[in-house]
Amino acid sequence: MRDFIYKDKIVTKDLNLFYGEKQILKKTNFKIPQNSITAIIGPSGCGKSTLLRCMNRMNDLLPGMRIEGQILFDGKDIYTNGVDVVEIRRKIGMVFQRPNPFPKTIYDNIVYGLKIKGLKDKKKNDEIVERSLKNSGLWEEVKDRLHTSALQLSGGQQQRLCITRALAIEPEVILMDEPCSALDPSSTLKVEELMQELKKRYTIILVTHNMQQAARVSDLTGFLYLGELIEFGKTTKIFTNPKEKLTENYITGRFG
Amino acid sequence: MKRFKEIIGLGMLGLSAVIVVLFLGIIIFDITTKGVGVINWNFLTDFPREGMTKGGIFPAVVGTVFVTIITTLFSIPFGVCAAIYLSEYAKEGGMTSLIRAAIRNLAGVPSIIYGLFGVALFVQGLHFGTSVLSAGLTLGLLTLPWIIATSEEALKTVPQSYREGALALGATKWQSIYSNVLPYALPGILTGSILGLSRAAGETAPILFTGVVFSLPSLPDSVFDQFMALPYHLYILSTQHHAIEQVRPLAYGTALVLIVLVFTMNMAAIILRYRLRKKFQV
Repeated sequence: MRDFIYKDKIVTKDLNLFYGEKQILKKTNFKIPQNSITAIIGPSGCGKSTLLRCMNRMNDLLPGMRIEGQILFDGKDIYTNGVDVVEIRRKIGMVFQRPNPFPKTIYDNIVYGLKIKGLKDKKKNDEIVERSLKNSGLWEEVKDRLHTSALQLSGGQQQRLCITRALAIEPEVILMDEPCSALDPSSTLKVEELMQELKKRYTIILVTHNMQQAARVSDLTGFLYLGELIEFGKTTKIFTNPKEKLTENYITGRFG
Repeated sequence: MKRFKEIIGLGMLGLSAVIVVLFLGIIIFDITTKGVGVINWNFLTDFPREGMTKGGIFPAVVGTVFVTIITTLFSIPFGVCAAIYLSEYAKEGGMTSLIRAAIRNLAGVPSIIYGLFGVALFVQGLHFGTSVLSAGLTLGLLTLPWIIATSEEALKTVPQSYREGALALGATKWQSIYSNVLPYALPGILTGSILGLSRAAGETAPILFTGVVFSLPSLPDSVFDQFMALPYHLYILSTQHHAIEQVRPLAYGTALVLIVLVFTMNMAAIILRYRLRKKFQV
């Protein structure tokens, strides 16, 4: 599966994004290596979620959105004509800010992605459900109630179910948009542990508001301010010895 | 003083509610007490006899059911599809707003206008003649704006996260709508549709020129036959009959049957919504 360890999985090249007249992202350049966790931090409204949602083309849903530049996934531009958006979204999964399990059973939530792909083999799907739940560490907690409503789970479990659901379709990249912002500290810890586990097989891009979280879990950190990527590099470096004054002010809590 | 104002305000609101319910109660009470006497098995299953002074209203019941079925088959599929298009696919902008405004306005067009339009389009234009089909389609047009508007409302209440969640898992747009939007909008869509249909079932003007007749020797056996209908039968009995005093009880009986029919449909809508809501909450 891996070509070599530090292969760039996702690269953005001079990415500009306009929403109507307003420019949201300004010439952002990211290089996100495979099997790493990259955190994107920055104050509210700096464009971090927008950037994340570009990477699996969820922004296509927004009317009045316009993009310039490139986003390369495994070296191929995902915004050129003729790209299969559905295929992109299968390979680049997403976990949202608020846990959004469908009002179906736990089992049906996990097989949703398989069923729409046309995989209806019950036995195989059962195996995938079990494997995905074990990967996300949720198996022991829900194995006796797979066929009860996902809405009865706690918030933290719901979010881990959403991660499980994304894992079931075997993506290569998982985008996480402030996945812990609606969770309590112990659930947050579980999700963070899960990220460390997942990074062995997936590439994770994490948007977070919580600087401690970025420092704890990520390998690389990008600081986004007013749509501009101010600084991008190793997390340890960004948090201990930032190059830019702006980054330092932000991480030391002078604004945000 | 503040408290006094509070009491006055609350009193006014309560009084309005009581007045509305009171009128409804009086209407139902009046029709029920005067109509229930003539209702029996024969009244429901017999043809009108001896110049409508005896017998029952069977063909009118059958006609109303028949025409409502045609209305349903026409207006629900078209209405729901139009709503899905407007809510999920249409790009927001001048054109979509215009279409939406047109639909809202159509809902307010007097029903006689629909009747005349039905004559022009279905009876004459498409040569369906005065028939159950023409009348059913005309009633369908009348209910379409209502069905589109309520279905669109129902679709809009489905959380955006259901759509995004499905798309993020690699669903196509239609897959996300079919599996993750429609099921949750269904209770609202069905309730709105049934309420629209129950209104259509009680309409007179749109069927007046398009297919209804005041008397029939036998039941309609194709969609191109003419038919009798409860609201029109009631109109004949209460205003056009040569012996109005004599048929008055029959008119009340007919009114009661019509009201019960419409109430039943509305009740069905409420029960259906309740059940579906429970089902889809898992």
